[in-house]
Amino acid sequence: MKILSKLHDAGEGKNLSLLLSKIPYTRFLGINVRTAGSLLITELPFQEKLIGNPRLPAIHGGVLGAFLEVTAVLQILYDSSLQRLPKTIDISIDYLRSARPVDVFGRAIVTRQGRRVANVRCEIWQDDVNKPIALSHGHFLLKED
Amino acid sequence: MSRVEPPADEKSSAKAAVNAPPVEMISPHSIFLQLEYIDNDEGVGKVKMPYADILVGDPDTGIPHGGVITTMLDTASGKAVKAKISQDENLAIATLDLRIDYMQPAEPGGDLFAQAECYKTTANVAFVKGVAWQNDINDPIATSVGTFMIGTMNTPRK
Repeated sequence: MKILSKLHDAGEGKNLSLLLSKIPYTRFLGINVRTAGSLLITELPFQEKLIGNPRLPAIHGGVLGAFLEVTAVLQILYDSSLQRLPKTIDISIDYLRSARPVDVFGRAIVTRQGRRVANVRCEIWQDDVNKPIALSHGHFLLKED
Repeated sequence: MSRVEPPADEKSSAKAAVNAPPVEMISPHSIFLQLEYIDNDEGVGKVKMPYADILVGDPDTGIPHGGVITTMLDTASGKAVKAKISQDENLAIATLDLRIDYMQPAEPGGDLFAQAECYKTTANVAFVKGVAWQNDINDPIATSVGTFMIGTMNTPRK
């Protein structure tokens, strides 16, 4: 049985922390999530292994891209009762500032959810929520192929 | 800054990397993902990532997470820009934007490849196209387009 269906059956369908703990890649990156009212805040605690540029140092752009994608997917799951993980169709990332070696936070808005596709915008920041370090918008497939 | 020591079983690929930068400049993240720099000339950057359990984004299928593909395409794109502007090695670069289109899921168990070409540079900006695949470059997992700023700051922060 699919992991999300299992969580739903166990009454843990909205327990996104539990879901993250069962996905090897999000566990590797160390991503957490907490709720703030109707919003989700994702967290990427700093670790040495996330560094892409050791001279600055700065967190790897690919890690930030992955964190944005995870943030988008979690918000879709939080806003819906999907029984399967959405599939990324495309994601477009704007890098605004290099990511310093401290924790990163993220939030997303599902700007449109249709039957088949969700459009999601995300932003991630470090110390100051008003100074995002990267933005993304992407499309996610909700329906089985 | 101290070097990151990867787990013992993850050390070999970093040593095996061809055309790799000096070890103290290798990105710790690339070491943990066993990312190998395969090729780095004529404006082309190519990387390989062996399949590993930590890459899995869907535990039901074992399919690698999209973020893994993003990391590979970002790295290959950066390598392509570096290769294009190699006559001026001290110029640092930074990703301005990157768009990834996912054509199909990667297969569980198979090694991943990404290659990018820097097809145009101006005084400030480099333009790059990339592709990620497993068995056949003509049957891609994902494609990317990106732009990079050339000549960004790359000195240690205060």
